[in-house]
Amino acid sequence: MFSAEFMRNALLAGTFIALACGVSGWFVVLRGQVFAGDALSHVAFPGALAAAAAGIDQRIGLFAATIAAGAAIGALGRGALAGRDGRSASASAAEDTAIGTVFTVILGLGVFFLTLLSTSSAGGAGIQGARTLFGSVFGLGAGEARLAAGVAIAALLLTAAIARPLLFASVFPDVAAARGVRTRLLSIAFAALLGVVAAEATQAVGALLLLGLLAAPAAAAHRVTAAPLAGLALAGALALGAMWGGLTLAYALPWLPPSTAVVLIAVSLYYAALGWR
Amino acid sequence: MRTEPTGPTIGWDVVRDVSQVLEYHFMVNALLAGGVVAVMAGLVGWMMVLRRETFAGHTLAMMAFPGASGAALLGVPAAWGYFAFCGAGALAIGRFAGAERRSWSERSANTGAVQALALAMGFLFVSLYGGVLGDLESVLFGNLLGVSDTQLLGLTGVAAAAVVALAALARPLLFASVDSDAAAARGLPVQALSISFLALLGLAVAATSQITGVMLVFALLVAPAASAQALTARPLPSLGITVALGLLVVWLGLGISYYSVYPAGFFITVISFAVYLLARLFAVALARRSRERAPAASRPGPRRGVIS
Repeated sequence: MFSAEFMRNALLAGTFIALACGVSGWFVVLRGQVFAGDALSHVAFPGALAAAAAGIDQRIGLFAATIAAGAAIGALGRGALAGRDGRSASASAAEDTAIGTVFTVILGLGVFFLTLLSTSSAGGAGIQGARTLFGSVFGLGAGEARLAAGVAIAALLLTAAIARPLLFASVFPDVAAARGVRTRLLSIAFAALLGVVAAEATQAVGALLLLGLLAAPAAAAHRVTAAPLAGLALAGALALGAMWGGLTLAYALPWLPPSTAVVLIAVSLYYAALGWR
Repeated sequence: MRTEPTGPTIGWDVVRDVSQVLEYHFMVNALLAGGVVAVMAGLVGWMMVLRRETFAGHTLAMMAFPGASGAALLGVPAAWGYFAFCGAGALAIGRFAGAERRSWSERSANTGAVQALALAMGFLFVSLYGGVLGDLESVLFGNLLGVSDTQLLGLTGVAAAAVVALAALARPLLFASVDSDAAAARGLPVQALSISFLALLGLAVAATSQITGVMLVFALLVAPAASAQALTARPLPSLGITVALGLLVVWLGLGISYYSVYPAGFFITVISFAVYLLARLFAVALARRSRERAPAASRPGPRRGVIS
């Protein structure tokens, strides 16, 4: 399995993408922002398509779109994101309507760019669309894989750097604000970071399946333990397990797409955790 | 606007433009189907937005993707796949939603897991089918311009059933949505209500997504209802505004796309988003004005027209 170059590339990129997804996903679930993560994953699609339509590297469009949308969600959002009203269910819920409306229009833009692409550069549009929606981890080149791993490591380090104040602001927003933690800035920073992770993971599992890697391992970890350090470690480990298991399974079974295998394992781990507790 | 010598051209004569659009049978069918969808999605979506189940609605909309691809793989009619997966999805989400008092983040995490599972299965079905990915595009974005007479009839039937079911559930559901603790204390079956509403939502989404595609159901489900609820808190006027806005969005989007090279879905989403933004801005302006007037006099200021 390790003799095939595409497999080595996939494992290299997949490992760090999974770690970044698991760790940032733990904060996403803690902050009740799964829907925001879902919206970010859908932003990746028009971003990549717009870049393809403009004829530039699709990763530029991917990162630009998700980071911008992440920052916008962080800046516009009230309630859970800014920590103004505390993390009451109604505050996060009211925000969800706004997120839903915003990303409807983003999907509409995706349709627009898909049409633009298919009318301007005959052919390739369907393949491009499918690549973005479902990812192609086995199609990564050596350079792409190294870059993906590097960006994922940077995202992990950034998460570690803001982890303590972020945890404080997520659990006790009012107390954190009173103690001088800049909760609003923090939530924007975290949402932008989430944008980086979303763009990263889109390359591995695709825009549509990203949520599986972001939410499922983290939600499983939250079910098992409430302790932050153990939870973070467990979320990272579960995401890693899903990634490695999925890649191995997809390598062994040619009919099974790798992103499906990864997400199926991640979701089964979540349901196992539900049953266990 | 691109004008071609052979294609339709738009002018200032509105009557001529509209009669030009209505010349073709497929266009009449598209407008009728769009109207039916707008009414049903508006009414069901209004309850969904009120119950803050937007994420669940989005997830159910996504269920249509494994539904369609699974049906293609098995060689059964696509509608069976849509309804089967939407129903199963509603149960999987609803199992978590009701009586068991779960936290918001836990419920949304569960919904996310259901969605990820469904999409992964959908992708698996597509690759097992080895089918043409052009079909994928029509599953995701629909084909409003290819609605047949039988499809239109079926859609109208499902929509009528959904609206009647919603009307039957409406009062207890409204009570349970606004104050679930009080409703439970009064003996209402909150969990059963929650699951039946999700099943109804799944039905509406399954019927709609065959026409408008998985991604765009959502535009009609959320935006008109969210706009209406931003404008007024009273249920009946708000429901009326929802339906009116939905019809406006669909018909305007279809009309513009007729004169353009870009798909109707794009215009429908963009217009519905614009309507939502206008409604939010209007609500903010309204609140500010009533706050300014409140100390001077208690009478409400004159209301301007809602949205032109």
